[in-house]
Amino acid sequence: MSSATPRIRVACEVNGRPVEAKVEPRAFLIDLLRDEFGLTSVKRSCDVQVCGACAVLLDGRPVSSCTLPAFEARGHSVLTAEGLADEPLGEALARAFAQHAAFQCGFCTPGLLLTAKALLDSAPAPTAEQVSECLEGNLCRCTGYKKIVEAVLAAAGRSAV
Amino acid sequence: MSARAFSTVGQAVPRVDAEEKTSGRAKYTTDLALPGMAYAKLALSPLPHARIVSIDASRARALPGVYAVLTAAELTGMETHYGSDRKDRPIVAMGKVRFEGEPIAAVAAVDLAKAEEAVELIEAEYEELPPVIGLEAALAGESEPVQETNVCHRYEVAWGDAAGAMAACDHVFEDTFTFPMVYHYAMEPHAVIADYQADRLSVWSSAQHPFLVRAELARVFRKRLDQVRVVVPYVGGGYGSKSYTKIEPLAAALSRLAGRPVRLALSVEEAMKTVRRHATRATIRTGVQADGTFVARECRVELDTGAYTDNGVRVTERAADRLPGPYRFEHLRSEAVGLFTNTTPAGSFRSIGGPQGAWACESHTDNIAHALGIDPLELRLKNLVRPGEELLRGRRRLEADLAAPLAEVARGFGWHDYEPVSTAPHLKRGVGMACAVANAGASPISGAFVRLHADGSATVHVGTTEIGQGSRSALAQIAAEELRLPLSSVRVIASDTDAVPYDRSTGASRSTTLAGLAVHDAAADARAQMEDAAARYFETFAEQVALAEGSASFEGESISYGALIGQVFGGAGGEIVGRSAITPDHPSGKLAEDPVFWEVSMGFAEVEVDTETGRVRVLRYTSVADPGKAINPAQVEGQDEGAAMQGVGHTLFEEMRYEEGQLMNPNLIDYRVPTFGDLPDEFHTVLLERGDGPGPYGAKGVGEGGIVAVAPAVANALFNATGARIRDLPLTPERVWRALRETNDA
Repeated sequence: MSSATPRIRVACEVNGRPVEAKVEPRAFLIDLLRDEFGLTSVKRSCDVQVCGACAVLLDGRPVSSCTLPAFEARGHSVLTAEGLADEPLGEALARAFAQHAAFQCGFCTPGLLLTAKALLDSAPAPTAEQVSECLEGNLCRCTGYKKIVEAVLAAAGRSAV
Repeated sequence: MSARAFSTVGQAVPRVDAEEKTSGRAKYTTDLALPGMAYAKLALSPLPHARIVSIDASRARALPGVYAVLTAAELTGMETHYGSDRKDRPIVAMGKVRFEGEPIAAVAAVDLAKAEEAVELIEAEYEELPPVIGLEAALAGESEPVQETNVCHRYEVAWGDAAGAMAACDHVFEDTFTFPMVYHYAMEPHAVIADYQADRLSVWSSAQHPFLVRAELARVFRKRLDQVRVVVPYVGGGYGSKSYTKIEPLAAALSRLAGRPVRLALSVEEAMKTVRRHATRATIRTGVQADGTFVARECRVELDTGAYTDNGVRVTERAADRLPGPYRFEHLRSEAVGLFTNTTPAGSFRSIGGPQGAWACESHTDNIAHALGIDPLELRLKNLVRPGEELLRGRRRLEADLAAPLAEVARGFGWHDYEPVSTAPHLKRGVGMACAVANAGASPISGAFVRLHADGSATVHVGTTEIGQGSRSALAQIAAEELRLPLSSVRVIASDTDAVPYDRSTGASRSTTLAGLAVHDAAADARAQMEDAAARYFETFAEQVALAEGSASFEGESISYGALIGQVFGGAGGEIVGRSAITPDHPSGKLAEDPVFWEVSMGFAEVEVDTETGRVRVLRYTSVADPGKAINPAQVEGQDEGAAMQGVGHTLFEEMRYEEGQLMNPNLIDYRVPTFGDLPDEFHTVLLERGDGPGPYGAKGVGEGGIVAVAPAVANALFNATGARIRDLPLTPERVWRALRETNDA
């Protein structure tokens, strides 16, 4: 990094722990999470807020970290897939994804798990249509989506059909 | 022997990478870093076709934080070109640029922002040439050709006298269909970390074929194979886009110049300008008797292979092999010509030439059925190649019965008593089907070794790349089965050319069949050694000891694998190593013929068309996959469902659009791929398991088949619903709406 670039201090909570870093004004949240904090589950793909691979939860709501300025996280809490296991539903979702073959290459999986968690937090017993609608902003090129819907329903204690 | 029940093969057990991939811990290439690593950015040609007059990188080189700027001038003391069939691709453009987005230079800098800043300072001067865009322009050849000529490759498969036989047929039908350029969108764009040192080149890459990359790098940098190491971490999707060698030579050349490790990670836009599927135009003429019997077929497919050969030769050949379809012909001539254009190079994409061929063949089949007043299912059943017959003369005979499952799945789909439900006057529903088989499996060259450790756990070394298809899980299941170990005791290690034996490639649906056979044989070799050791321990014959769940037993006594290995080596550790090398001469005799196996595709669609807007919705889709024996049924379904959904993309909306040589939609906003909302209301995969494949337990490949039948099945359903026959993909609302208007006017 060139030393001349001004930096902004960002203090926030990431996966339940208070953290602090100095970032370039143009840095996005994904850069902060990956490069400063080593949270590589946050995946870079489309860069235009379409694919959901970089999705993280900001105060419990899914955001695309590829287009959110890092400083916007100041004072907020961020959850990435690394922190999911310690959260309610995190383990249930991970187990359901494994049991329902709801991933293949796995590149989309962290973003999908987080978005699904946000859904189940707000709607603990969704229908298949609600699951599809909520996950519309997450792409998966491997699975054809069906098994992901089944996994999310299973994590919610519901079966498909 | 055959009485033994499987313990893990055939079970839909969770994948062995589940823990890593659901915890965010799975590492992909861009998640790795080497000490002192530089970040690379490419300078891309803004023009589709031009002579390079000059490139001035002096301002970029002078920028603090820049380690190196690579242009063609720096490609000295090494080979400058690469390519799987032909070495026609320069590492960076030399003399000429041949497509918009071709790298002309690359910067390595302290960070990505600095590299991007430096790229902006590179000044290139060009002398523009007229771009060759589209098949017509390539065939006309009126301007300077893309390569020495615009013809990349010609190929023909023929027998009998197709042209002569047509004259004697009751009917002759002809149709022409086009298929667009489409983009794989592996969610992880291509990424490489290269560490070049004088006596050693190490590369971490999202490559599907690490051994082919190693060979290419060794040739380019004039090194021995042992001096080049290619490691493949987890890969974020391939579908063919990461086959052969892509950006590895460029990253390695930049590392050589910078004197430090270099990371080159492409953006989606750059990945779209790295490789795509071949656009095609296919014409089929079929001579048919009045009762619907096919007699003769002449077909021709022209393929747009883009600026460089990449895998264009093989794709051209497969396109001609696959275009005639799964039918019996006394007379056949199928020709293909691959043509260079000034667009993104086209290469492998899930069933090379398959979807393009089936789109034409199976739409044409329904046109014939309609013209003759025969049910499309009956016409297919009448003409499908039977088991034991040659589909392509001189090649492996078809093992599989196509007709019986087609008829059976049609029944389950409600084909015969289908009545479209009408929910509103402007919404019309209909059903369609498609069927295809593809020569698959690529080359039968794979090796494996299995190490059975002193505590009874095992490590499997095999070169197949885990690109999401679940190879590591299926191969672990095969190894566990043959070693008589619990699945949890078996680890399959990642592709690393230093540590795993040669595997030709990961593609053409070959891994479970060929790498699977390699693992099966290596594990069986290790098991045989354990049986011998147990026989010595129990002082009996090897045939009389039983191995199960990590123990050997005889007459009520048992000993764990670990203790037995201790006996073999005198208690001081050690390990049993099983080996295998799969070649066409495999003792089973099943790999001697080409192709390794025939991959089956069948699809049934029900669609709803909004006649006011032209929007098509897939209500129901049933796909048929033929794994022979599903090692892990959930993964087979997942592969097939994913392939079918990818097919929905190129059927309904995916298309790379070029205008005057410029890619107009190089991002995921303008290039739309299927989302959750495109999931059909009912979406099923039927698995055929008849044990008739050449792989372990009668397995054969799947994974590509599911994409092939979607477009013609959907278009045939659209035809069934509305009478509109559309000959160009994708079936966008505008195109459908226009076709409906023309159909109604006619």
